Amino acid sequence: MTPSTTFQRPRRIARLGTVFVDIIVRPSGAIGLTLVIAHLVLALIAPFVVPYDFTEMNATLVMAPPSSLHLLGTDHLGRDTLARTLMGGREAILVTGIATPLAVMWGGLVGIFFGLAGGKLDEVLMRIVDAFLSLPWILKMLVLIVTFGTGIEVLIPTLAFFYGIPVIRIARAATHDVVARDFVQAARARGHSKITIIRQELLPNVRDALLVEGAMRWSWMLLAFSSLSFLGFGVSPPTPDWGLMIADARGFMSFSPLGVLAPMVGLSSLIIGINLTADALAKALGIDRAQKAPV
Amino acid sequence: MLAMLFRRLGLGAITVWLVSIIIFLGVEMLPGDACTAFLEREAKGKLLENCREDLGLNRPALTRYAEWAKGAVQGDLGVSAKGQKPISELVGYRLRNTLLLASGAMLAGIPLALFLGVVSALWRDRPVDIVVSTLAIFAMTIPEFVSATLLILVFSVWLGWVPGIVLTPANAPLVEFFPEVLLPITVLTLVMTAHILRTVRSSVIEALASEYAQMACLKGVPYWQMVFRHVLPNALLPTINVIALTIAWLLGGVVVIETVFNYPGLGRMMIDSISDRDLPVTQAIALIIATVYVGVNLAADILTMLANPRLRTMHIRKG
Amino acid sequence: MTHSTMPTGPVISVDNLSIGFRGKAGHMLPVLRNISLDVHQGESIGLVGESGSGKSTLALAMMGYLKTGLRVLNGDVSFEGQKMFSQNRATLESIRGGRLALIPQNSGQSLTPTLRIGAQIQEALKLHSAQPSETFGARVIELLSQVRLPDPASIVERFPHELSGGQQQRVAIAMALAGEPEALLLDEPTTGLDVTTQAHILELLRDLARDTGMAMVYVSHDLGAIARVCDRVAVMYAGEVALEGSARQVLRDPSHPYARGLLASIPKLSDICLPRALDGRPPTPGGAGQGCAFVSRCAIASDVCSRSRPDLALQPSGARSRCHHVDKVHEIPLFGDREVGKRALSDETSLSLKDLAISYVRPSLWSKLAGREDTSVATVEGINFALRRGETLGLVGESGSGKSTILKTIAGLLPPLSGEVAAHGGAPLPSKVEKRDSTELRQIQMIFQNPDESLNPRQTIGQILAQPLTLYFGLSGQALTEKTIQLLDQVRLGGHYIDRLPSQLSGGEKQRVAVARAFAAEPDLVLCDEITSALDVSVQAAVLELLDDLRRQKNTSYVFVSHDLAVVRALSDRVAVLYQGRLCEIGPTRAVYGATSHPYTEVLLGAVLEPDPDFTPELSASDVVELAPPTQGCPFQRRCPKRIGNICDTVAPPIRESGNGHMIWCHIEEL
Repeated sequence: MTPSTTFQRPRRIARLGTVFVDIIVRPSGAIGLTLVIAHLVLALIAPFVVPYDFTEMNATLVMAPPSSLHLLGTDHLGRDTLARTLMGGREAILVTGIATPLAVMWGGLVGIFFGLAGGKLDEVLMRIVDAFLSLPWILKMLVLIVTFGTGIEVLIPTLAFFYGIPVIRIARAATHDVVARDFVQAARARGHSKITIIRQELLPNVRDALLVEGAMRWSWMLLAFSSLSFLGFGVSPPTPDWGLMIADARGFMSFSPLGVLAPMVGLSSLIIGINLTADALAKALGIDRAQKAPV
Repeated sequence: MLAMLFRRLGLGAITVWLVSIIIFLGVEMLPGDACTAFLEREAKGKLLENCREDLGLNRPALTRYAEWAKGAVQGDLGVSAKGQKPISELVGYRLRNTLLLASGAMLAGIPLALFLGVVSALWRDRPVDIVVSTLAIFAMTIPEFVSATLLILVFSVWLGWVPGIVLTPANAPLVEFFPEVLLPITVLTLVMTAHILRTVRSSVIEALASEYAQMACLKGVPYWQMVFRHVLPNALLPTINVIALTIAWLLGGVVVIETVFNYPGLGRMMIDSISDRDLPVTQAIALIIATVYVGVNLAADILTMLANPRLRTMHIRKG
Repeated sequence: MTHSTMPTGPVISVDNLSIGFRGKAGHMLPVLRNISLDVHQGESIGLVGESGSGKSTLALAMMGYLKTGLRVLNGDVSFEGQKMFSQNRATLESIRGGRLALIPQNSGQSLTPTLRIGAQIQEALKLHSAQPSETFGARVIELLSQVRLPDPASIVERFPHELSGGQQQRVAIAMALAGEPEALLLDEPTTGLDVTTQAHILELLRDLARDTGMAMVYVSHDLGAIARVCDRVAVMYAGEVALEGSARQVLRDPSHPYARGLLASIPKLSDICLPRALDGRPPTPGGAGQGCAFVSRCAIASDVCSRSRPDLALQPSGARSRCHHVDKVHEIPLFGDREVGKRALSDETSLSLKDLAISYVRPSLWSKLAGREDTSVATVEGINFALRRGETLGLVGESGSGKSTILKTIAGLLPPLSGEVAAHGGAPLPSKVEKRDSTELRQIQMIFQNPDESLNPRQTIGQILAQPLTLYFGLSGQALTEKTIQLLDQVRLGGHYIDRLPSQLSGGEKQRVAVARAFAAEPDLVLCDEITSALDVSVQAAVLELLDDLRRQKNTSYVFVSHDLAVVRALSDRVAVLYQGRLCEIGPTRAVYGATSHPYTEVLLGAVLEPDPDFTPELSASDVVELAPPTQGCPFQRRCPKRIGNICDTVAPPIRESGNGHMIWCHIEEL
C-alpha cells in the first residue's frame, strides 16, 4: 500500500484557500507570487513614486552614470532611467492583463464547444487550427498591426485573438478527457441538457487546466508584447516600455549598460515570477503542465 | 503501416494547402491590396493602376490564388511589390542563411538537451537537477531579445570575444559568417535546449516510475542496464514530438534574433517586407515558413510511428 | 530442475517485520506490523487480504524491495538465510529474478513496451542462467511452451501490447521461470483476467509448483484462487497476520472473526442466499490504536479487545490466530441468511428488447462514398428479451460479450444499429437519450462500475444527489435537503455526508451514493453495470444487500450485469448468458445454473472457483480470447468442446426450449 491516505482528508475548506496555501508553501510559488504581486503594486503606484517625469529630458545629462540625482543614470535622451524602468511595465501589464482573460475565455469556449461537438466538424476545425498555428506568431501579429496601427485598441484584440487559439486545443483536449468519464455519461443518461452538463460537470473539471494555461498565456503574451515593442511594433514613444527601452539603449550598451540592464531586470523578474507561480499553481492543482512552446 | 504513413503524408499536404489558403485569404481580407499597402499615400491614379497591372491584381481572387499556388509548387513565388524582382531569387540566400542558424542551433541544442534532461531526471532533486532546471526556466522565460542583448553585452562589449553584430552580406559564402554567427546560434540553442530538456526530464521521471521499470528492477536488472534498455527508449519516444514543436517554434524565434544581430536571413527579410508593406514577399515567406513547420512535424510523426512498437504493429488486442 | 542443497530451513523467513511511512504530521505510520512468517521448500502459502491489508507490501519486502517512501521500522526478511534488507545491490540483483522471482499483478504494464518478448526473456536468462548463451534461443521457446503458450516461435517476435492479458501473464510466468527460482512471489496474478483464463492459469501454476518443487507465495484477495493453489493461508488485516494455518483450516472453518466475516461476505455458487455484509472499514495506517485492529467491526468484541492487542497465538488445531476470543469465534456465521425471495411478479412488462443489434464500428464516410457494402459484423446482435416489473435479470459473459454495450443502448447512450427498446410494453423508446422525454428518462436509471469515476469529483454528495431531484421533481431549498437526507438514510449513510466530497469517501460509500442517486429518480428499472466489480470483497455484499432492500420496498426491476457468476446467481430471478454479443442461453436462474445448459454456460460454470481447497474446477475449452464473432453460424463455434460439425460453423443455432421460459441456442438436440 502506497503512502496515500484516502480517508483522512480534512473537512472541506474553501478550495481557494487550500490552493493558495499550497502555492505559498512551495519555495517556487512563494517567490513567484511575491514577484508578481510586487510588479502589480508597482504598476499601480509608479506614477506617484517616480522621482522624475519619465518624459523629462535633460540635454546636459545624456547617458550619465548613476549618481545621487539619477540613481540609475540617464538614457540617450537625458531621461531618468529609474523613472522609466519603474513605469516600464504599466503598459505591458495593462495590455496583457486584459488580453489574457479574453484569450482564455474565447479559446476556452470554442475549445469546449468543439470538444463536445465531436465528429467531422471537430476534425475540420482542428485541421484549420493546426494550419493556423504553423505560421509564426510574429508574422501573424505584425501583419495585423501594420495594417491597423499600434494603439492599445489594436494590440489587445490582436493578442487576445492569436493567443486564444492554442487555448482552443487545450480546452478541447481537456473536454475530451472529461466527457469520456462516467459521471458525464451518467449526467447524459439522466437527461440533463447540454448546457447543464457543460456548466455543472464539465466546467468545474476543465477550469483547473484553463487556469494554469491562463497563467502561462499571460507570460507568453508579455514575452510577445515586449518583443513587439522591441521591434518597434508595439508601444509608441514616448511611453516607457521595457522592450522599447532595451531597443533604444542597446546601441549605447558599451557606454551605459544600465540603460539595458535595468529594463531587463524589470521584464525578466515579472515573467519569471509569473512562470514560477504558474508552476506552483499547476502542482497545487495536480495538473501535469505540458511543456509547450509559446504559440 | 504503409497505409498510416501515406495517410500522414496526405494530411501534411492538406495542411500546407490549408495554410496557403489562410495566408491568401488573410492578405485578401486586409483593407486595400498589395499596391495600396506598398504605395501608401501615393496609392492613387496612374501609379496605382500601373502597379496593379504589374502585379496582376486586377484579376479575380480565385485566379490569382490558383496561379500563386501553382507557381509556389513549382518554385516560383511571384514578384515583389518593391522593384518587381522575382521573390524566389531574393529568398534563396536568405533561406540558406536562416537554415545555417537553425541547423547550428539544432545540432548543438538537441544532443545537449537530451543529455541534460536525462541527467537531471536521473539525479532528480540533487544539486545537478536544481541548477539545470533553474537555468532552463530562466532560458525559457526570458525573451530571446533580452538574452541576445545580454549575451552581446557580456561577450561582445565587455569581453570582446565575438562580434556583436553581423556585417557579412546575404549572398556571401557560408564560411564568412563565422565567427559572427556564434552568438545568434548560442541564443537560439539556449532557448531550444531549455524547452526540450524540461520535457525530456519529465518524460524520463515518468518512465522511471513506471511499472515496467520497477519490474526490471525486480528481475534483477542492474540499474544502468535498466536505464538504457528499459527506461530511455520509452521516455524518449514522446520527446520526438516536442523536439519538432520546438524546431517549429524556432522558426518564429529566429525573426527576433536576426533582427537583434542584423543577420541577413529569412526572418529579417520578413520584418523588412512588413515594414515596407511589400505583401507579396510577406506572403511568400509565410508560405515557406509554414511549409517547413509542417514538414518538420510530419517528419516527427513519421519517426514516432516507426519508433513506437505500438504504432508499428497494427494488431491491437483487447487487454 | 536443480534444487539448492540447503538445509531444510525455511526458504523465506519473515522475522517480526514492520514497515511504515512518514505521515503528514511527521509520525511513522505502519503499513505492516510485526509480521512473522516462514515459507518452506515446496510449500505454497497464500496471503489473503483486502486493499490496505499490506499483503503486496509484504510480498515485495520478501525481495528486499520497498516502494518509495516506505521504510523498515524493525525486523527483517531472510531468503535462504540471507537477510534481504542488509544486502548490497549486486547480491540483491543476482537473487531477484534468479532464485527468487516475482510475477507481477499487471503484466501488461510490467513488460517493457519497446522490447520484444523474446528479448525480455533472454535478458532474464543472461542475468541468471548458468547455461551457455548459445542455448538461450531454444530455452526461450522451451519456457514459453512450459507455460502452455501456443506457437511460441511467433510470440518471441511480438511486442507486449500485441498479446492478450492472459498471454501476457503467461509470458511473465515464463520470464520468472527463466531464472530457475527456488521461490516464486505472485502478486494478484489473475486480477483482471476472464474467469476461464484465470482458471487455466491457476492450473498451470499448480502443475508448475508440483513439478518443480518451488515454494510459492501467492498474494490475492480472491479466496477461490487461493484455495486452488495454496497449502497454507495467512489472512492479513490492517497490516498484521490475523490468522494463519493450513488451507483447510483457514478456508473451511477459520478461527478469527475477520476471516469468518470475509468468508461470509463472498458470494459462492453453492449458496442460495445473499452473502453477509461486513460493516465498517479497515483502519488506516496508524489508526488501529492500542487494541485489536478489528475491534470496531467485530461481533464478539469485548473490553479487553479495545485495550490490548492480541498476539498471534498457536491454537490447538495448529493454526495461529490473533484474537482474544477464539473460543467464541464459532458464533460468527459463515454464510448469509437472506434469501432473495420469490415474490409474486406482476405481469407488467418493465422492459423489452426486440432484435437489438449494436455496433461500435460505423461505416466511415469513405466507405459510404466508395459504395462498399458493410461487411463488418455487429458487436451485438439478435438480442431479444423481456423483463417483468420487480424482476432481476442477470446478464453474464466475459470480456467481449457485449453486456455493458447492451446496457448503454437501453440507457440511450449508444444508439443501436437496428431493433428496439421499449419500456412498459409501450412504444419503443427513442434510441438517443437526448430525444427521450422526462418520464422515459426518469424511469430508467443506470449505476456504473467504477465509483471513483461515476461521481463528479468537484461536487459535494449533496449536489450530486440534488441533480436528479431538481431535474425530475423540481425540488429546491428545504424540501430538497430533506429528501437528500432521506436518500442517504436509505443507503445507510448518515446525513452528515451531504457536505463531503467524493474523495473523502471509501469505494463502498461512493457506490452507495451512486445507488442513492439512481433511486432518487424513483425509477422502474435500474441498470447495474458491474457495480460491485471495483469494490473490495467484503464491501460488495453490502451493496448487494442494499439493492435487495430497495427492490423489496419499491418493486424495481434490475438488469444486473456482471462477470461474477456467483453474484449474479445470488441476486437474479432470470439469467441471460452472452458470448461475443450473442445470446446463448436465457432462463430462470435455477435452470440456467442447473444441469441442462449451453456448452458455454457449462464452461463458465466449470471455471468458477469456490473458496474450498477440495473443490476442483472443470476446465474444458481453451482460454483463447476472441476478438470478433464469426460471420456466420454459432458464435461459440471456435471454442466449443461439444461442437458437432460443420453445421455449427455455417448455420445459426435454433432455439431449444425446455419449459419455463428456459431457452438455449444450440444445434445439439440432447442437452
